[in-house]
Amino acid sequence: MWKTILRRVLIMIPEIILLSILVFLLAKAMPGDPFTGSINPRSSAAQIEHLKQINGLYDPWYQQYWNWVVHLFHGDLGQSYQYHEAVSNLIGDRAVNTLWLSAFTMVLTYMLALPLGLYAGKHEGRLPDTVIRIYTYVTYCIPFFVILVIGLWIFGYVFNWFPTTGSVSPTAHGMGVLSSRLEHILLPGLLGALFGTVNIVQYMRSEVIDAKHSDYVRTARSKGVPNKDIYKHHIFRNSLLPIAAFGGYSITGLLNGSIFTETIFSYPGMGMLFIDSINYRDYTVITALVLMFGILNLLGTLLSDIILGIVDPRIRID
Amino acid sequence: MAVKTNQADISPEELQRLTTEANQEAAPSSTRILWNEFKADRPALISLIIVVGFILFVMIAPIFINSEKMMTTNIMAYLTPPMEDHFLLGADANGRSIALQLIVGSRNSIGIAIGLTLISSTFGIAWGLISGYFGGYIDWGMQRVYDFMMMLPMTMMIIVLVTIIHDYNSISLTFIFSIFYWMGTSRLIRSRTLAETKKDYVAASITSGTGSWKIIFKEIMPNISSLIIVDTTLSFAENIGVETGLSYLGFGLPPQTPSLGTLIANANDPNNITQYWWTWLPAAIEIIILCLAISYIGQVVSRAANASQRRAEK
Repeated sequence: MWKTILRRVLIMIPEIILLSILVFLLAKAMPGDPFTGSINPRSSAAQIEHLKQINGLYDPWYQQYWNWVVHLFHGDLGQSYQYHEAVSNLIGDRAVNTLWLSAFTMVLTYMLALPLGLYAGKHEGRLPDTVIRIYTYVTYCIPFFVILVIGLWIFGYVFNWFPTTGSVSPTAHGMGVLSSRLEHILLPGLLGALFGTVNIVQYMRSEVIDAKHSDYVRTARSKGVPNKDIYKHHIFRNSLLPIAAFGGYSITGLLNGSIFTETIFSYPGMGMLFIDSINYRDYTVITALVLMFGILNLLGTLLSDIILGIVDPRIRID
Repeated sequence: MAVKTNQADISPEELQRLTTEANQEAAPSSTRILWNEFKADRPALISLIIVVGFILFVMIAPIFINSEKMMTTNIMAYLTPPMEDHFLLGADANGRSIALQLIVGSRNSIGIAIGLTLISSTFGIAWGLISGYFGGYIDWGMQRVYDFMMMLPMTMMIIVLVTIIHDYNSISLTFIFSIFYWMGTSRLIRSRTLAETKKDYVAASITSGTGSWKIIFKEIMPNISSLIIVDTTLSFAENIGVETGLSYLGFGLPPQTPSLGTLIANANDPNNITQYWWTWLPAAIEIIILCLAISYIGQVVSRAANASQRRAEK
């Protein structure tokens, strides 16, 4: 197993290097230069030229790339031109918000999907299974952003049950901060969970159906273990780890979805920071975010692969 | 001892009879199966007719719409409610007819979704077939490219590319989207190809000296065609969400080009979302109905592809 993990990590290194080169070149290709935000009307053309010279903008691209990477390893992601703040601080604040929302969505999704998957697998081919399949199918097909907009309209504006913008209300303090936070992530989290169960339900269902016909279940049954206990203690327990492994893969979906969720709910997380930075052409923030999301995707997949590799030796990569 | 027969020994009538018998015994063609399946499922047939009819309508109708005139601001018609002053679905804050924008917008969105499905599915299918058939180092290399693409944050990359290119139209936009949406198909096709390559008919073909490309595209591909059809139908439903989602964020089609996404983006204005629901809700409902209908069709198609689940009688 250790060999597999090591090999898997070694494959990651060239991927990250390639991603960083790609991100760097894309940043170079974007219109404008890093001084667009910091020059004032009185700086002359010669001064800007000088600034560009001492900051190495005329060096060959690999030289510039190298400098950028060295700074990166010192934890220096650069300065945001829009917010006049170090990018690492800026992202740090927003990352906390995104983490809250994503973790909350993920917990709700599992809470909803696991019983549904178990129930569908238990009643394979019968009415509950069909109903659950139709539910996952319908929720999977509708584009998520449409649901968010309609959800915001109905529950945020028409019924006025939930706040429609922000993450924590500015007047909250003490325990109020936590409850205010929960209030803000409740609607997007619920919608995300309700419409994001398809993968976990299907996976859980097939795990249960596989387990139903396996030897250990037959043994348990012949020993006279009640049906309820078989599902609770044998099948469910055994399916948990592979299901948990799915969490890593969900990171990709959650991060991609965060751009829509946070924009629609004006929730100040990394997704909204990205859209804002694109609109302000705040390149240092954009590059940092793309790089970060890419690495998070990679780590999520790595985590899932490792857990699945432990559970099921057949799928280890050689 | 085997009796050696050649064609000359069989009388023409006999040959005729044998051919008809063989045709009756033979498995029906996939189009035939599909058609039977749709005939057996009335709601599916209705959704098929609605979807095809709707797509034809939005492809043809915009020819008769003067889009320049449609997109001109008409301050007198500012936010006209539906069914007033000849505005069937009302008008937006610029006094432009929502109904007309919906028709032209559907054409743009569906057109891009069709283009995206064609390009990304073709590429994904070819990628999966080649990777799965050749195996070894070719497969390894192609899988690393796949891994790399999967790592990229898709939505972000598209937004960044659209910002850089800036001067794009719906065709270049379709190509940009296609770069990032072939991986799912390729993974699926690859795993089926891996299984298919191990079968005897492929081995027989290789021994008798058939070229690799012929085996891949003339022998393996037809055998997994049902999977391809199912996957393409479902991708189409998904791809409608891709363009509309990005247009909604403002990084798909430019705001002056109507799309279902830009119409829903009217909801970004708190006044619109609460009071002037007709500016955005019709587009949202249209997307939902369209996606549901297409995926319902997809479900019937996947049932047809799996012999044990078919509802139609043999």
